[in-house]
Amino acid sequence: MIKNQWIKDFPQIKNGNVYLDTAATSLKPLAVINTVNHYYKNLSSNIHRGMYEAAIETTEKYEETRETVAKFINSKVDEVIYTRGTTSALNLVAYAYGFNNLKPGDEIIVSELEHHSSFLPWQYVAKKTGAILKFIELNQEGRITTEAFKKVISNKTKVVALTYVSNVMGYITPMKEIIDIAHIYDAIVVVDAAQAIQHLAIDVVDLDCDFLAFSGHKMLGPTGIGILYGKERLLKQMEPFQYGGDMNEDVEKVESTWKRGPQKFEAGTMPIASVLGLKTAIDYIENIGVENIHNYITNIHRYALEKLSKIDGLTVYNKTSETGIISFNLDHIPSHDAITYFAQNKIAIRAGQHCAKLICDWLGIYSCLRASIYIYNTENDIDKFVETIKEAIAYFKELGF
Amino acid sequence: MAGLDNLYREVIMEHYKNPRNKGLVDDENYKLFRIKNPSCGDDITIQTYVKDGIIKDCRQMGHGCSISMASASILTEMMIDKPVEEAKKVVEAYLNMVANKDYNKKIDLEEAQVFSGVRNFPARIKCASIAWVAFKDTLE
Repeated sequence: MIKNQWIKDFPQIKNGNVYLDTAATSLKPLAVINTVNHYYKNLSSNIHRGMYEAAIETTEKYEETRETVAKFINSKVDEVIYTRGTTSALNLVAYAYGFNNLKPGDEIIVSELEHHSSFLPWQYVAKKTGAILKFIELNQEGRITTEAFKKVISNKTKVVALTYVSNVMGYITPMKEIIDIAHIYDAIVVVDAAQAIQHLAIDVVDLDCDFLAFSGHKMLGPTGIGILYGKERLLKQMEPFQYGGDMNEDVEKVESTWKRGPQKFEAGTMPIASVLGLKTAIDYIENIGVENIHNYITNIHRYALEKLSKIDGLTVYNKTSETGIISFNLDHIPSHDAITYFAQNKIAIRAGQHCAKLICDWLGIYSCLRASIYIYNTENDIDKFVETIKEAIAYFKELGF
Repeated sequence: MAGLDNLYREVIMEHYKNPRNKGLVDDENYKLFRIKNPSCGDDITIQTYVKDGIIKDCRQMGHGCSISMASASILTEMMIDKPVEEAKKVVEAYLNMVANKDYNKKIDLEEAQVFSGVRNFPARIKCASIAWVAFKDTLE
C-alpha cells in the first residue's frame, strides 16, 4: 500500500467520495481555505491605496505572493502578472502581444492538443491580423514531437503557442527543445502550463520560454487567480491589455502613462483573497516537493493502468500519459451515459470534450471520460473506480448498449 | 442501481436502439435547426416540414448519449401531424417537466412522459432537452 499523509489536509474528502477530477480543478487544503478566510475576516481591505494598518498588511501579503511565485518558477518578481486564470493570461498575450506584433503572412504554430484557451485566442488573432495558423502534426500516440515541430517552423513563424501538458492526453511536451528551436527562428513561445505547474518543476530561465501561464485553482489554490509570466523585455514593450484603476502612473486629459512593472497589466481590484491563498498553495506544494508529488502520482497512475488493462470493454486513449490523466471510454457507451453511473457512485470524473475538441476530433471520438489523479488519491480510490467501471460495463450491457 | 433504472426506462432504450425518423431530407420546404453542445459533444439537427399550420414531417439526425438520441426519436414521432400551436405547448410542458419546474399537467406528453425521471438527474437535463429546443427553433 502506498502511504499517504496528505489526505487529512483536504476537508473535501469525506463520506467515501472519490475525487478524480483534479485536471478540472484541484481540491483545496485547509491551509489555503484558512488564508482566504483570514483575509475576509480580518483584513478585507484593498491594496496599494489605503494607509491604514489592514491595508498595509494586505498590500504586503499581496506582493509577498508575487515573490513566492517568482521563486517557484525562478523568474524575476516583476515578471509575474496576476490574472483571472490561465485563460485570461493567454488572452492577455494574444491581445497585448499578438495584435501588435503580427502582420499578414506571419505564422502562428499551435497543435491539436491545445485547450481551447490556448487555441481560440490565436485563431482570433490570426483572423484579425491575417496571420496563418499552423498545426504541428501529432505522432501516432498523439504527442507533440520536436521532429514534427521542425517541419512547421519557418522564418515566417512569429508565435508558438503550445500546451506543456495536455489536459486530455496528459503528455508532457518536449518544451525546452521546442523553445530552443523556436528561438533560432526568432519566434516567441507561449506556454500553457495549466496542467504542468502542479506536476513538474518549472524553471522559466532554464526553459527560456517567453510567456508561461497557469491557474491557481488547479494547483491547490483558490479560483479566480492565475499567473502570467512574461520576459521583462517583452512586457516592457507591450501596451496594457485593460485600462482602469491602479495600472496607471499619471492620468491627463490627453495622454496618460502606465505603471512599469506587472501592475501595468493589473487594472482594477484583483482577487486579493485568491492572491493570498495562492501563496499558501505554493508553500504547501513546495513543502512536499514537486518531484515527490510527481512520483506519488506516477505510482498511483501505474497501479490504475495495471488494473484497467485487465478490463474488457474499455478503451484507454493515453496509456503512456506521464501526469496521472487517464482518458477513456466504455465501449459502445456514450460518455454522458457512463458519467451518470460514476456520479451515482460518488466518483467525480469528467465526461465530454474537456474544452479540447480538436484532440477529440484527432482521436476520432465525440467525447470521452477523464479521470485525473493527484496527491489526495489512493490505491483505494483506484480500486473503487475500477470496480465501478466493471459494474457500469455490466449495467449498460444489460440495458442493451 | 434503482435510481438509474428510473432514467433508463425500457421505452428510452428501445428508441435509442431503433431511432425513428432518422436522417435528413434535401427539401427546401423543411426548416432545419442544429444544436451542438460543446461541453458534452452532443450534436443534433431537427428538420420540420409545416404545411397549413400542421407539422407534416419531422426528421432528426445527430449523435449523443442515449437520453438525447431517444428524446429526439420520441419527439419526431410525437410531432408529426400536430398543429404547430399545440406542438409549441407540448414542447414547453416537456422542457419544464425535465427541468423539474412547474408545468401544465393537463397537456398530454404521451410517450415523452418516460423522461420524467430526468428531473432527478440535473446533469442530464440538457441531454433530454437538446432535440426539443432545436425543434422549437425550427418552428420560429
